[in-house]
Amino acid sequence: MSESCKVSSERRGDVAILWTDGYINNQGGEEIAREAYSQLDQGARALVLNLEKTRIVNSIGISILIEVLEKVMDRKGALAFCGLTPTIDKTFRIMGLAQYAEIYPTQEDALRGVNPQPA
Amino acid sequence: MTIPVAPEMEIVATAQAAALGEYIAMSRDKIDEVKLALVEACINAFEHADCRDEMLHLKFRLGREPKGREFLEVEVLDKGKGFDSARVEEPTIEKSFVNHRKRGWGLQIIKSLMDEVEITSGGGGTRILMRKYK
Repeated sequence: MSESCKVSSERRGDVAILWTDGYINNQGGEEIAREAYSQLDQGARALVLNLEKTRIVNSIGISILIEVLEKVMDRKGALAFCGLTPTIDKTFRIMGLAQYAEIYPTQEDALRGVNPQPA
Repeated sequence: MTIPVAPEMEIVATAQAAALGEYIAMSRDKIDEVKLALVEACINAFEHADCRDEMLHLKFRLGREPKGREFLEVEVLDKGKGFDSARVEEPTIEKSFVNHRKRGWGLQIIKSLMDEVEITSGGGGTRILMRKYK
């Protein structure tokens, strides 16, 4: 039995999209953090975390996402989430994550949100 | 059901809850809420309870109120050192930013996701009884 989370990423300009697949616990959270920090170190300004293939994020996983958020905020960057199940969305709001990171329904919305077009 | 205190055993427990939720045609979102609350109850015990028998004892119950509302109830029992839930500090994300340790969200998540939660704890261990209506 393994529910370990797989993480992949892709750069689109100065935005890195990270996709997760599976249960985000301490190991899944660490995988995300590793990938996120690598992208930030390579110059990404904003991160979009697409969680559409994840149905459970436990509080340990979320505490690691808060660390990622802190690092992004330290660098004056942006962090956005998309593809959340209603339960994950609700949990992020309970924990106040939604006050500091935007939540979008789709990846396209998230990319538009972190990369606003000039008026 | 009894599960050992071991990594990812909480996921084994969620499969049982999901099967019972599906049996009473509970919505997928509500089942997900029960699953996450159960995960949090299990990992709280794994991390803090210091269980004497290294086991968690779980009971699942389907029921119906006199008015007809169906529910799924889950009990998580550990034989650990217990804790005083009244003295558990309520976490906030701002405190998380300041503190190196960003944990302590389990009980708040459980209470927010389930309809009824009863916690009894003492020297003999901790029992968390959680109910979700269909």
